[in-house]
This record gives sequence, structure tokens and C-alpha cells, in this order.
Amino acid sequence: TFRVTVRDALNQAMDEELERDERVFLLGEEVAQYDGAYKVSRGLWKKYGDKRIIDTPITEMGFAGIAVGAAMAGLRPICEFMTFNFSMQAIDQVINSAAKTYYMSAGQQSVPIVFRGPNGASAGVAAQHSQCFAAWYGHCPGLKVVSPWSAEDAKGLLKSAIRDDNPVVFLENELMYGVPFEMSEESQSKDFTIPIGKAKVERQGNHITLVTHSRYVSHCLDAAAVLAKEGIECEVINLRTIRPLDVESIETSVMKTNHLVTVEGGWPQYGVGAEICARIMEGPAFNYLDAPVTRVTGVDIPMPYAKILEDNSVPQIKDVIFSVKKTLNV
Amino acid sequence: MKLSIIMSGVFLINPCLCVFGHQGARVVVSRSFADFTPQASFDIKKCDVHRLEEGPPLKAELTREQGLQYYRIMQTVRRMELKADQLYKQKIIRGFCHLYDGQEACAAGIEAAINPSDHLITAYRAHGYTYTRGVSVKEILAELTGRKGGVAKGKGGSMHMYAPRFYGGNGIVGAQVPLGAGIALACQYQGNDQVCVTLYGDGAANQGQLFESFNMAALWKLPCIFICENNQYGMGTSMERASASTDYYKRGDFVPGIRVDGMDVLCVREATKFAADHCRSGKGPIIMELQTYRYHGHSMSDPGVSYRTREEIQEVRSKSDPISMLKERMLSNNMASIEEFKEIDVAIRKEVEDAAQFATSDPEPPLEELCNHIFHNNPPLEVRGTNPWVTLKSVS
Repeated sequence: TFRVTVRDALNQAMDEELERDERVFLLGEEVAQYDGAYKVSRGLWKKYGDKRIIDTPITEMGFAGIAVGAAMAGLRPICEFMTFNFSMQAIDQVINSAAKTYYMSAGQQSVPIVFRGPNGASAGVAAQHSQCFAAWYGHCPGLKVVSPWSAEDAKGLLKSAIRDDNPVVFLENELMYGVPFEMSEESQSKDFTIPIGKAKVERQGNHITLVTHSRYVSHCLDAAAVLAKEGIECEVINLRTIRPLDVESIETSVMKTNHLVTVEGGWPQYGVGAEICARIMEGPAFNYLDAPVTRVTGVDIPMPYAKILEDNSVPQIKDVIFSVKKTLNV
Repeated sequence: MKLSIIMSGVFLINPCLCVFGHQGARVVVSRSFADFTPQASFDIKKCDVHRLEEGPPLKAELTREQGLQYYRIMQTVRRMELKADQLYKQKIIRGFCHLYDGQEACAAGIEAAINPSDHLITAYRAHGYTYTRGVSVKEILAELTGRKGGVAKGKGGSMHMYAPRFYGGNGIVGAQVPLGAGIALACQYQGNDQVCVTLYGDGAANQGQLFESFNMAALWKLPCIFICENNQYGMGTSMERASASTDYYKRGDFVPGIRVDGMDVLCVREATKFAADHCRSGKGPIIMELQTYRYHGHSMSDPGVSYRTREEIQEVRSKSDPISMLKERMLSNNMASIEEFKEIDVAIRKEVEDAAQFATSDPEPPLEELCNHIFHNNPPLEVRGTNPWVTLKSVS
């Protein structure tokens, strides 16, 4: 096996896809000569040059629109937002120009574009730089929304996103960039991809289902390890994709465990967990629930700065453990 | 108007003329080609320039064939838009309908100057461009009436019509401009010598994303012709009330610009040729401001007379109508006959009538199509309906 950080896995994915298809190119702020604000695109400009790796001015609405136009005219752009907070400046281009066009044109005009960048909370960056956009983008038809956790997720899903002929919002996480993971033999193949729209069971268990995405998969696995010592076996599902949501995997698990806890970094109202609750209620798994679904979410406030406040604004492992026990009534 | 007649050695085929003999018998007489001037040179208005040593030429060559073609195109757009007006008032067209009558010389002149392999994108006043970029009147009207025979199968409507190398039809003011710059980037990237014509109005000219686009287009020398169709009003707001500077051809600052008489199809054509040459030679983007006018209000819900006078509209109609201007030029230079123009008008009227007939009788898209075209090249997926018991199918 290979020990690779999420950052390097993303880099590998882009490198391989740039090499494979000359229509693929990367644009965004600092992606070229700076090697990427978070070094995710390190070495790519040196290897591929100005034509394929493009530094843009600080004009999100403009360069996101340019990226969408380039996709319409036959290229396959990767448009990086330094963080997804800045995507709000360009959100009209993502939704109205990219997501809706295939439908409005009745299938004449496709938009094969990837919007990627770090999403959600970081460390000490405060309110304007910490929002999670999974629910906002996950709301919109015409988009695929992906949220990787591990290095293998990152590589396989980014390669799939780049090869997908549709607009994909690819939500990374800054705190995960430096985390190393074991990667399988097959993940080293240049044709290794992970299908978009399929969740993964990271840990099997019989007592309760934990559904989560991105960084909180780690939290759930850590919580599961602690709970296992007390005889509670958690099944941890890594969503991998926010839209389309793999409800079936969740239902299959809930029909086995009869209990469900969702864990996310975003705010509770109208969030990913809220959607999962609604979908479970509408499907066959509802009759298997022995307790209402519990949502573990970020606190419903703008992100504060002071460390003690910030730490208490997002789910911690103890919150997951507490919620599991409450749901199981133990 | 000064002109010089050029007798070329090329002979053109003329249509037959019907002449009624004094007993009512119809005699068909073939007008000989020597009767019409095959080509003429016309003075066109000088363009103001910004950051350019020279502008487009002051004379435009027009062949008889070209003249009749431009006339046909402009008249078709005119009649199509008037038919849309009629259908809207009959409530057969609903929602948004932004009509282009008065501005025909812009669409016709631009198309005459670019290649079919070039690209074009515009905003929501798009029916004229949809036609010049190759979509039939039938498919345009049927899209407006929301039928399955519409160019977007009834799913797009007035503002969302597409064709190869024509990227709509865009509803969000100004959003099409960065898209156009991106299309130009793709042309440059692929090294195909093509350009992208990116249109916007005097209202959109103040949008921030335009300046972002000008900046990147200039930085990277993108082959993008930015064209401001200045029809003097952004909805109900005159340009003086919206723009601190109404010199739209100068608004690109470091991007060179030309100001063009948008009511003269020849002026538009020459300016666009000039602009396309500029872009194709790698000099980067250029801005054209077309000074034009719309007869209708902003949309069908705007009578168009609360912010401008009927006299003003009438004055433009009588003095600067693009179709009349071309017709008069050709007639006074003996390039065509009144009867020929009448014949063309009759043919167009029929084409538009037939199209309207189709557009009102074609069925609406079937409900089975509701959820299709969400994703391209995707296996079929299920889409939630209005309630949990309704799952609909979506195919690419």
C-alpha cells in the first residue's frame, strides 16, 4: 500500500487527467506560479505550462463564467475557488450558466466542468471563510456535488468528476489536505476512478448507522472505536457524494441497525442531515427505525474566531458519542 | 448620397417578372441581367474609434445578391418578431418575450461579416440571432409557444434557444459576457482561428462581470469581439440615467473600441469584419458599440412609451429604419426592382404564416419528457416528483 496525503492524491488526479486529455485545464487564483494557495496544484504549472494551468486575477464571477464558456465550447476546465466562500461571488455562473443549461437547451448544450476547492470550516479563519456549501449546491438539479474524505476518495472522485460530462461541484476540506491515508494498489492505476453517487460503508456494525461526509468521517470512525469498547457497534457510511444522494445505501443500513445519526459540519437548517431525515421517512427504512433520526451538525451561528468558541461550533467526537447513546437510549 | 456604379463582368440570374397584358392575359417576361446593377459601392458613416490608429473603411461594397440576402434576412426577422407580438397578445406565447424589431441590421450585419464556424452569444433579446445563426422561423416560433417542435423542445422558451456555435439566449443580464470570453479562450486554446462575438446591451454595460471579462480578455489576448447593442434604454431607464459614461465603446478602457451606426447593415458588416480581423491577427479583444433602436418596449409587458415619446419612435422608423434604408439604396442604384422586393415580402409572409401555423398546432412536449436532459451521457436516473409517491424517470 501507499501512504498518501489528500493533497497529493488530488494532485495526482489532476496530473493524470491533464496528461490523459488535452482539453483538460486548470484555472483559478494562485494555481500556477504559486503552486496553489494550499499547494494542491504543486508542480503542475512547471509540467504543463501557461496554456494548461492559468493564474487568474481576483475576479471570481469573471473567471468562473469564462470557465463555463470554455466548457460550452469544447474544453474541460477545472475551475478552482480558493475557498467555496468565494464561490458566492460566482454562484450565478455555477447555477444559471452551468447547472441549468443542459436542461434549458433540451440536451443540445452540455457543460463538462469541475468547480473545486476547500469547503467548510478551517482553523481560525472566522465567519466569512468557514461556511459549508454542501446544502446550497446539493439543492440544485443539474449539478453533481461530491465530498471526498480519504486520499483514495479524493483521487478517484476527482478523476470521475473531471471525466464527467456534467457540472460537478467538488467540495474538499482544508483540514484534510495534510492527512495521510493508505491507498490501495488499484488506486495507483491511471484509470482508477470512484463512481459518483455511491456511498461507502467504512465500518460495519449492527447497532446504529452513522451517515456523514468529508472530515466528519474521521470523527465518526473515532467515535465508533470508543463506542466499540462499550459494546456498541456503529456502521459508518461515508456519503462520498452529496448529490445524487445514495439513499439506498443508507436505507439498507438502517433496515439492519434500526437507528440513524447523521453527522455534518454545516448548519442544521435545511442541511444535508435534514434531507436524509426526510428521505428516510419517505422510504421503506422508516418502518425499521426504533427511534427518530438524530442530526449532529455545526452550531447555528456564524463561525467565531476564538479557539474555544470555534471548537464548540462544530461537531466533536464527544458530540457523536453522546448522540449515539441518546439515540440508542443507553 | 454619392455612389459609383461598378459594372462587373459577372452576370447574375434574375427572377422572372409577370406582366399583365391589356387583355388580362399573363405574359411572363424575363428581365435580362444587364438591367440591374450587379454591384455598387456605398458611403458608410465613419466610426469613432478608441485606442485605434484607424477604423473600418468608409465605403462598403454590396453585390445585388448580398443586398437581396440581407434584405431577406432582416425582413424575415422583422416579420417573425411582429408575428410573435401578435401571438403574445393572443396569449399563445407567455412569459418573457423581448422583441428585436428595429435592430435587425445588427444581427444581419454581424452574421454577414463572420464565418459560420465562428461563435456567437447574446442576452435575452435573442430571436434575431437565433435566426441568423441557423434556426428556422418555425422552430423559433414553436419554442415561443412552448411546443415539442421548438428548437429547445419547449423546455427553454424565448430566452434559452441554442444552435451549433450559438450559445443562447441568456436570461441573467451580463452573465453571457464572461461566457463569451470563455468561448474565445477555447478558440485560442484550440488554435482554430475562430472568434467569439459576445453581445450585451447598454443596460448590461455597467455590470462588474463585464469589466472582469475585459480585463482577462485583454490580459490573455482572447479573440473576443465584445459588442454593445446600445438601443438607448435599459428596460425603462435611458442610458443617461444609468451610465456615468455613455461612450460604451470606450468603457473597455485599455480595450480598443469603435462606435458604429447600428441601423446600417453595411456599416455593421464592415465594422465587424474589421473587428474580426483585429482578433484573428492575435491583437486581443475589441469592443464595438452598435447604436441602434428597438421599436417595441423592453418586453411585451412594456408598452414602451412611458419613458420615451411616440414621436421619437416614429422619427426613427421614418428616418433610420434598417430595412427601408437598404431597400432604398438598392432601388435608387437600380440593383433590384420594387416587384422583386414585393415577391420576397410575399414569400416571407408565407414562411412566417406557415411557421405560426405550426407553432400553434404542434402539440406541447409530452409529460414523459419532463425530467429528461438533467445530465449528459449519464445512465437514467430517478427524479422525485411533487410528492413521495411520484418518481419520474430522467434520461440524457
